[in-house]
Amino acid sequence: MTAIAKSTAHSIVEASPRAKAVAGTIVILYAVIAILPLVWIAATAFKSQSDAIAYPPKVIFQPTLEGYVNLFTVRTRQTPDFIAKLPPAVTWYDRLVRQHDMVIAGPSKVVPRFINSLIIGFGSTFLAVFLGTLAAYAFSRFRIPLADDLLFFILSTRMMPPVAVAIPIYLMYRQLNLTDTKLGMILLYTAVNVSLAVWLLKGFIDEIPREYEEAALVDGYTRLQALRKVVLPQAVTGIAATAIFCLIFSWNEYAFAVLLTSGDAQTMPPFIPFIIGEGGQDWPAVAAATTLFVVPIVLFTILLRKHLLRGITFGAVRK
Amino acid sequence: MRKSATGMRSKWAGGALALFAGVALSAVASQPAAAKQLTLCWAAWDPANALVELGKDFTKQSGIEMKYEFVPWTSYADRFLNELNSHGKLCDLIIGDSQWIGGAAENHWYVKLNDFFAKEHISMDDFVPATVVGYSEWPKNTPNYWALPAMADAVGWTYRKDWFARPEIQSEFKSKYGHDLAPPKTYDELKQVAEFFQGRDIDGKKVYGAYIFTERGSEGITMGVTNVLYNYGFAYENPKKAYQMQGFVNSADAAKGLEFYKALYKCCTAPGMTNAYMQEGLDAFKSGQVAMQMNWFAFFPGLYKDPNVGGDKIGFFVNPAGPNAHFTQLGGQGISVVATSEHQEDALSYIKWFAQPAVQQKWWEIGGYSALKAVVDAPSFPKSAAFAPQFLESMAIVKDFWAEPSYAQLLLDMQKRVHDYVVADKGTSQQALDLLVKDWTKVFSEQGKTVASE
Amino acid sequence: MTTIIHPEHAPVADLAEAAKSRASDKSRAARRAGGLSDRTIAWLFVAPTIILLLAINIFPLIWMIRLSFTSLNLSMSYLPLRFVGLDNFRDILTDEDIWARLQTTAQFVIASVALQVFVGFGLALLINRQFRSHSFWTTIILLPMMLSPAVVGNFWTLLFQPQIGPFNYLVSVFTGVPPSSFSMTGEVALAPWTIVLVDTWMWAPYVMLICLAGLRSIPDYIYEAAEVDRASPWRQFWSITLPMTVPFLMLAVLFRAIENFKMFDMVNLLTSGGPGSTTELVSITLKRAAFEKWRTGYSSALAIILFVTVFGAANIYVKALNRVKQR
Repeated sequence: MTAIAKSTAHSIVEASPRAKAVAGTIVILYAVIAILPLVWIAATAFKSQSDAIAYPPKVIFQPTLEGYVNLFTVRTRQTPDFIAKLPPAVTWYDRLVRQHDMVIAGPSKVVPRFINSLIIGFGSTFLAVFLGTLAAYAFSRFRIPLADDLLFFILSTRMMPPVAVAIPIYLMYRQLNLTDTKLGMILLYTAVNVSLAVWLLKGFIDEIPREYEEAALVDGYTRLQALRKVVLPQAVTGIAATAIFCLIFSWNEYAFAVLLTSGDAQTMPPFIPFIIGEGGQDWPAVAAATTLFVVPIVLFTILLRKHLLRGITFGAVRK
Repeated sequence: MRKSATGMRSKWAGGALALFAGVALSAVASQPAAAKQLTLCWAAWDPANALVELGKDFTKQSGIEMKYEFVPWTSYADRFLNELNSHGKLCDLIIGDSQWIGGAAENHWYVKLNDFFAKEHISMDDFVPATVVGYSEWPKNTPNYWALPAMADAVGWTYRKDWFARPEIQSEFKSKYGHDLAPPKTYDELKQVAEFFQGRDIDGKKVYGAYIFTERGSEGITMGVTNVLYNYGFAYENPKKAYQMQGFVNSADAAKGLEFYKALYKCCTAPGMTNAYMQEGLDAFKSGQVAMQMNWFAFFPGLYKDPNVGGDKIGFFVNPAGPNAHFTQLGGQGISVVATSEHQEDALSYIKWFAQPAVQQKWWEIGGYSALKAVVDAPSFPKSAAFAPQFLESMAIVKDFWAEPSYAQLLLDMQKRVHDYVVADKGTSQQALDLLVKDWTKVFSEQGKTVASE
Repeated sequence: MTTIIHPEHAPVADLAEAAKSRASDKSRAARRAGGLSDRTIAWLFVAPTIILLLAINIFPLIWMIRLSFTSLNLSMSYLPLRFVGLDNFRDILTDEDIWARLQTTAQFVIASVALQVFVGFGLALLINRQFRSHSFWTTIILLPMMLSPAVVGNFWTLLFQPQIGPFNYLVSVFTGVPPSSFSMTGEVALAPWTIVLVDTWMWAPYVMLICLAGLRSIPDYIYEAAEVDRASPWRQFWSITLPMTVPFLMLAVLFRAIENFKMFDMVNLLTSGGPGSTTELVSITLKRAAFEKWRTGYSSALAIILFVTVFGAANIYVKALNRVKQR
């Protein structure tokens, strides 16, 4: 792994303690302000319905798990007499719901939607990185005719607005019965991600000197074995960085999901903004869903944080 | 150090590979077969919850399990027109909006119900005529039925009866305007009352006069503004000559009506209501922000039951009259069988069950709005709910938007022109309506319909 | 020209040179002995990607080009399909509303990218001072980037609500302006800046990461030389830091500009393109034409016009970027 030269932007010695303090203060101030909206949303997940839309907005409030319960259940409103006649509430969430004259009627759709996001998100990421690694290796190591043009063509597929791409895809999927299928969405996201993957990974693989593989080939390995034993281990950083970007895209994608899915294959982004309660949006439930939905991405990114920095330049500004 | 990191990573990669493989397999695995069931698609609102309750009777009687797909109003048309257009199999039954009838009939999205009605002796004469024309017929005023009227609805108004009843408020109003404070019967009266309450301090909180629709994305501001436009003399076309819009859509009276809606928006509404439709209105009224709220009758049962503003605190009034006419915007939907459904027989049996007078009566009682004459014309009906008289009166004066197959284009054009003028302060009301005539002319001529100009 | 020193590779290079001369004979033998030939592998590796892209991108694009010459309306598919030649294109290019939308989009792209570059580069410079716990705070700043833009647009409607949202109250605490007196998403003057603000909040961290990578790629010895010449910190910034970071900045601008030109979900959920059409970006217009009005032929023409625009602009920009890289 390359050791990135430690550098500062202004002086060869480490910045003076005073300069560091000033920089630290400004950055921390920005970070705190930038995170406030997220803190508000995370807090809203623990507010009651009326607290969430209270005016003026409440900073101090009585926390409750209603938002999370509402997210995971479908409820109907009943009269207090009806509720009195029911058998006593067994679980804590039953009791919580009945306090508001409501009865739980069943689970909501959030779990299937989350699972769809997992399947489509990770499935398309895996496929895109897999195909991208192979293609990037080929572009990097072999002389492919029209390589530059092909590479620009691959990049240009990312320049179309998703709504535009969705128009013919919608028609095509209609014919092929792929609308609202997980397979259709995985194929689509893979196609969108593979262009980025090829570009990123080519940059990384270019950096790995060919001499290693040549040495391996000399020692009798086939090309495929050289790829597996020599190149891939060194490319893991780049693969991880690529995987992060692909996953963030597939996980958070909205336009294709809202236009091409309705039930079976619907993911979380088209589901979350339309969780409604009895009047307007059920803000505590929406906030709860937002919080839960961002957790896997944050975990994934924190685990691979170091690779993110390496990947960000896409190898395009080297040499 | 690199080696061990690599080793750890390949183990991690191996585990991830297994996970991906398992996950990919489950993506391709087929769904388990279900017992007899039907999926009913509608918008996600109070009446839908009532329908779920009602549907339990159907399940008990027929053994067919009911599944529901409810989508919020703001994406209801988007989502289900997409579904119908892509020949989706999600819905067996759909309670589609009244304006979809033209497109649904022409595109054969719905099953035509004439034969079914004849076989099961369901007569459209048993339903309120406005609902038959509005929710079921295409072409209009011809006996071609594509839906059973399921949910009768119109725009109405709620007001804070408790605030109106306060003696100090009444006396102040009387001294200011010279007549008693009462639910307004004309739009001029409504503006007076709204101005009176605007910015007033009630119980320590600042309140506002009125809540009106201003939503930009789907149909909100159009469904609000037509209530005023109709009553100022706006018409969609020359009654004697189809598709002649010049002078009817953009008459001087219509322009005055549009100006009035903007004036009401600017003077007497709560701040931040620049993109608000049904849900925001409920929130605003329930949290005690406004004295009067424009909304659909569909929500009134829920509002009446609300612990904070319901019961004695809430009153209802019919859409006020304007200088030239007295109409209110028609809402409501009919229930149809989707042509691509694989359970058409079962779906038709649901409609047969739903059409029964006893079921219609229960539908009214638990929060739906029946369109069956036997229910609404019954002598006990006006007393059956606090808003029943207003509902009856409204259903007699309803007027609907275009139900043409191209209705979506017509609606979106109007959304843009009206929102541009009312909320974004673009141009004059006459200009907005003139541009609207141009837009609509284009839509119709693209379809090959001849549009006369003068 | 930026070069990275790879100290541990240097000794291996000599060995590899020696190996190379023996390699060609041996490797040819190895291939013939049972491995696939390089050419086969090359095509095997590239083919799936190319096929997938052809199927999902190119074939539909060609179909769309064909559609753009027709009058197809999906919700009225029973009407006879008419071949209208360039009518759709003419309609779009002479429609002043469309030009207004393109202008709105261009203003959004320019303002948001400029602000993100300013904020992102600034943050990168500060974080590069490597103060204590900078790693932790960097991660915090990255969080907005990881959310779904649609979900972000949606919950910011709550945050910007004049009566029940915290944003207006916070502003009133600092400026004394009453919270109900302005609406970030509802006023013609404010709404365009609101979408720029939310977009910057989300993506300034992205620019920051790119700039950090750029700053860290500048080797120390250049600064050492500048110190020897007794150049002031400002001088060092202007003649070393900035020029060497410019390629990275240009890259950030390219990617952000392309993404913001395509922007749909965040803005649609935040303002629905309103008030009126003041924040209606061209993608929103396209979505309404294609999936709400179902004017498939017309929207295909619009999509092609948009694609050609971005493609052309990106082409020119990338050539400029390459020229900067050569310097």
